[in-house]
Parts: sequence; structure tokens; C-alpha cells
Amino acid sequence: MYEILSTFAQTWGLLIFVALFAAALVYALWPRNQALFDAAASAPLTENDTPAAADETEDETHVRA
Amino acid sequence: MISAQGLKRAGSDPSTAIVLLITILGAIWSLFAAAYAPDAAMRGQSWLILGGFLTGIFLLVGSIAGGGVITDEREYNENLIKAGVIASLFWGVAGLLVGVVIAFQLAFPVLNIEAFGFTNFGRLRPLHTSAVIFAFGGNVLLATSFYVVQRTCRTRIAGGIWPWFVFWGYQFFILIAASGYLIGITQGKEYAEPEWYADIWLTLVWVVYLLVFLGTLWKRKEKHIYVANWFFLAFIVTIAVLHVINNLSMPVSWVGSRSYSAFAGVQDALIQWWYGHNAVGFFLTAGFLGIMYYFIPKRVNRPVYSYRLSIIHFWSLIFIYIWAGPHHLHYTALPEWAQTLGMTFSIMLWMPSWGGMINGLMTLSGAWDKLRTDPVVRMLVMSVAFYGMSTFEGPVMSIRAVNALSHYTDWTIGHVHSGALGWVGFVSFGALYCLVPWLWKRKGMYSKALVDWHFWIATIGILLYITSMWTAGILQGLWWRTYDALGFLEYSFVETVEAMFIPYVIRAVGGVLYLAGALIMVYNVYRTVRGDEVEDDENVVEQPALQPAQ
Repeated sequence: MYEILSTFAQTWGLLIFVALFAAALVYALWPRNQALFDAAASAPLTENDTPAAADETEDETHVRA
Repeated sequence: MISAQGLKRAGSDPSTAIVLLITILGAIWSLFAAAYAPDAAMRGQSWLILGGFLTGIFLLVGSIAGGGVITDEREYNENLIKAGVIASLFWGVAGLLVGVVIAFQLAFPVLNIEAFGFTNFGRLRPLHTSAVIFAFGGNVLLATSFYVVQRTCRTRIAGGIWPWFVFWGYQFFILIAASGYLIGITQGKEYAEPEWYADIWLTLVWVVYLLVFLGTLWKRKEKHIYVANWFFLAFIVTIAVLHVINNLSMPVSWVGSRSYSAFAGVQDALIQWWYGHNAVGFFLTAGFLGIMYYFIPKRVNRPVYSYRLSIIHFWSLIFIYIWAGPHHLHYTALPEWAQTLGMTFSIMLWMPSWGGMINGLMTLSGAWDKLRTDPVVRMLVMSVAFYGMSTFEGPVMSIRAVNALSHYTDWTIGHVHSGALGWVGFVSFGALYCLVPWLWKRKGMYSKALVDWHFWIATIGILLYITSMWTAGILQGLWWRTYDALGFLEYSFVETVEAMFIPYVIRAVGGVLYLAGALIMVYNVYRTVRGDEVEDDENVVEQPALQPAQ
């Protein structure tokens, strides 16, 4: 059992973690995400004192903000 | 337009019924424990547990009679956060006070009053660590995570009565754990001292916490999940995994306090320090980074310096931190490759830690003048500076050769406290100073000058603490390995104990100053909440008024 687990951890486990981390890096550095990140960076500054209303469409949410 | 459909009274909905059932089952179990527990400690403690469950039943029946928990989807649940703020202050002062007591006990052993077993250092030390980490830190994290997730998702907290179950259930866990330590109930694992029945209760509370948090994310009105929530989520998920695995054990009796761990020997040690170090990494770091990423931008009114960096910070921190635990087991029976692995990953942690520190500090770009005018910003910035300092020191100490000098000495204690008092404490105080005027709708704190006093007194306290512990630790490390010309040890152990007197007194004075700062804060918060005249604080950004949708 130890052999099976350690072999898996040292081969596929390692590859899966590296691939996941690479995917996170690609997402973070992808140039087209700039606008999204710019908006997100000021998310704490654009909030309201009440939740978005239930029947509000997404467009209206942004108008209000 | 805003509809009136949002308002809902729970009455006796299924959730309330389930919580009631849980408390009734708990009360029945504690009655059996009171009657049949094989050990006297459990027979005593079961009355306290029964009292807790009966209080729960009483509160629930009162709530149901009054129509149940009100859920108004048009408002954020702020009472929950207020309760968390008050609980944080209470446990903060309690935990720091016990810390001061045990600091004096180390300097003056006579204070370990032998007639009372429960006042000796061995019982009070876990009380101090658990009270400051889990009771104070945990309540700060509950309050801030519930606040931030509601705000940044623009939706009310999910789950009706369940967030309240999390809050009260967590306080109940603290009471069970703390009273257990005093009467000698412990499983002897550092930072995981509570026995199996307290562990099961915490597991239940924690899973509900996770579900409440996920439920709130699920019904969010913002497409993007803000980075602070990622840190909070990683904290909640990882602590659940760590807690369950490290506490796997077999109780001796279903109504007794004692249990035996599922692991033995070096496996047990490795799992314990995998748990222990990630309690630092995910409880005291990831969770509080969530606080940093919300409260610093909010307080200085500037966007996060680099949102890309915050994402890389997050993923690299959680990918690396989880492997760092073995550095607690250098020169032990743990295989050397595992020790090296722990050391290597600890050193790699420099990158995300300093990346995150830079991101936090640089968020002040264009607002550096607030360091001069706003003591709360000063507190937050000082906390990030301590984060950078202790995350530099930690990897150095994880290097095997350095660890040979530092391990088992008071240098470790100094290191922990530069992180705990400097980083965790100050970022918590900063966040609480932000939250109190926001929650109680005041224009600012009662006294900005008192915030300043808190900042300076506490900072001097930390400096006294960490410098005295560096001196003490390096002295211990060097004396323990000094040989004379014939190859015998130059110093006996007790000589290194005697040499600790002055550093221990300085450390205790540092602790007194830090506690004094916290007491000033409690007074300031009390006056603010009471509504006494506040100074207009231009740094408290007015929450924008609601504008009708088009």
C-alpha cells in the first residue's frame, strides 16, 4: 500500500499539482483578464450598504455601483 | 425596484428543528456522561456541557416563540458581525491576560500555586494558546469572513439560523476546551489539546461554517469571487481537513474524556506537525490575509495594488504551505528526506509571503499620507510589516543548521509572537477598529488619540517581547552546545534556566503593555458603541447611500 501511494504521489500526484498550479498562473497572467482584475481590485470600494436586490439584473447592479 | 418579498421569519422551519434536535441530543449525552463517565474530570465537565446545551434549548425555544430568526434579504446580517466583534474583544483580553499570568509564572515560579493544580503553568499554557489563537483569532475570522463575504458578494449571509449556530456553537466549543484544560483533560497534542467529544462538536460547527460560507458564495450577485473570499475559503476547508485527520482517535468510553490517537510514533508526530504548522499557515495566515485584502484597500480607499499578484499569492501560498510541517521535526526519527522536504518548502514560502506583503503595502500607493493621519492604517501597515518580518525569520529557522541552534529555545517563542502579536494581533485590531464605526453607524471611533495610544503601547510591548526572547533563545542555544577543553558540557541545564530571569521579566512587561493596549481598545469600543460623541474621522469612508435602480 505504501509503495502504491508513494509511487502515485511522486508521479501523477506531482504532475496534477504542477498542472493545476500552471493553470492558476495562466489564468492570473492572461492579458485578456485585465479588465476583470481591474474591476475586482476595487471591489471593496464600490459596494453598497445593502445587498443587490433580488429582481435586479446584472446590468443594473453595475449601474448602481 | 426593491421588492418587499425579501423579509422572512423562520418560525419553526426545518433548520430550527434540526438545531433544536442537536441540542436535545447533546443534552441527553451529557446527562449520560454525568452519570456513567469513568473519570471524575468528565463527570464534572459534563454538567458544564449540559448547562450549555440547556441554554441552547432555552434560547431556541425563546426564538421560536418570538417567530424565529428573521431573514431580510434586503439587508446584510450585521447583528451576527456585531456579536463576533464583541466575542473577539472578550476572548482577546482573556487570552492575553492568561498569557501575562504564565509569563510571570515563568519568571517567578512561586506563582504556580501548588495547592491548586489548575493554576499551574502546564494547565494555563494551552489555555493561553487556545484562547488567543482559536478564541480571539477564530472569532475575528468568523466576524470578518461573514462581513466580507456578504459585502463582496452583495448578498445576505445564507442559511437563516445556521450562521448563528456557527457563532454560538463555536463559543460553546471554546468553553468546553478551556474548562477541560483547567481540570486536566487534554490529548497532549499542541494546539489540538481538546479531547474527542469537543473535536466532534467542533467538526460539526466547522462543516456548518463551510456550508454557510459556500451557500453565500453560491447566491452571490457579483460574478467574480473577490480574492479575500478565496483566502477565507482556503482557511475554512483546510482547517476542516487538518482538524479531522489530526484528531482521528478511539475514545476509551463513549461517555469518558480519554481517547487514543489512531497514529503512533513518528507518523503521529508528522501528522501532528502537518496539522500544527498548517494551523499557522491556514488559520493564522490565510484567514488573516483575507482580512488584509479587504480591510486595507477599504480603509485607504485604494484598489488592491496588483490583483494578478494577489491570485498568484493565493495559489502559491496554499500549494507550498501544506508541505512545510516537517521542519518542526529536524533531527528526529523522521526520515531525513522528509525533513529536507519540509525545510525546502519553508524556504520557498519566502516568495508568496513577500509577494503578499508587497501587495498589501503597495496598496497604499497614493495614500501614504494616511500613515501620518490615521492610526488604524498605521496599525494595518505595521501588521503587514510584521508579517514580512516573521515570514522571513520562519524560513531561516527552518534551515536544519539554524534549527539546531533555535529549536527548543525561547527564540521559537519570540518568532511565534512576532507573528501572533505583530501580524495577527494588529491586523485584527485594525479590522475591528474599521468594523466598529461601520457596524454601529458612527462617524468614527470615540477617540482617535486612544487608537494611537493603543498602537504605540502595543508596538513597544511587542518589541520588548521579541528582543528579550531572541536574546534568551540564542543564549540558551549557545550555552547548550558549549564544550570545555575536555569535551564536557560547559553549562548545566539549570544554569541556562537561571539566566532566563531578566529576559523573562522583560517579556512579561512586554505582555503587560500589549494587554494594556487591548484594554484601551475595549474602552474605546465601549464608548463608541454607547454612542458617546465621536470625533469626525475623515478616514471612515461613509458607506455609499442606496441609489434606486433605473
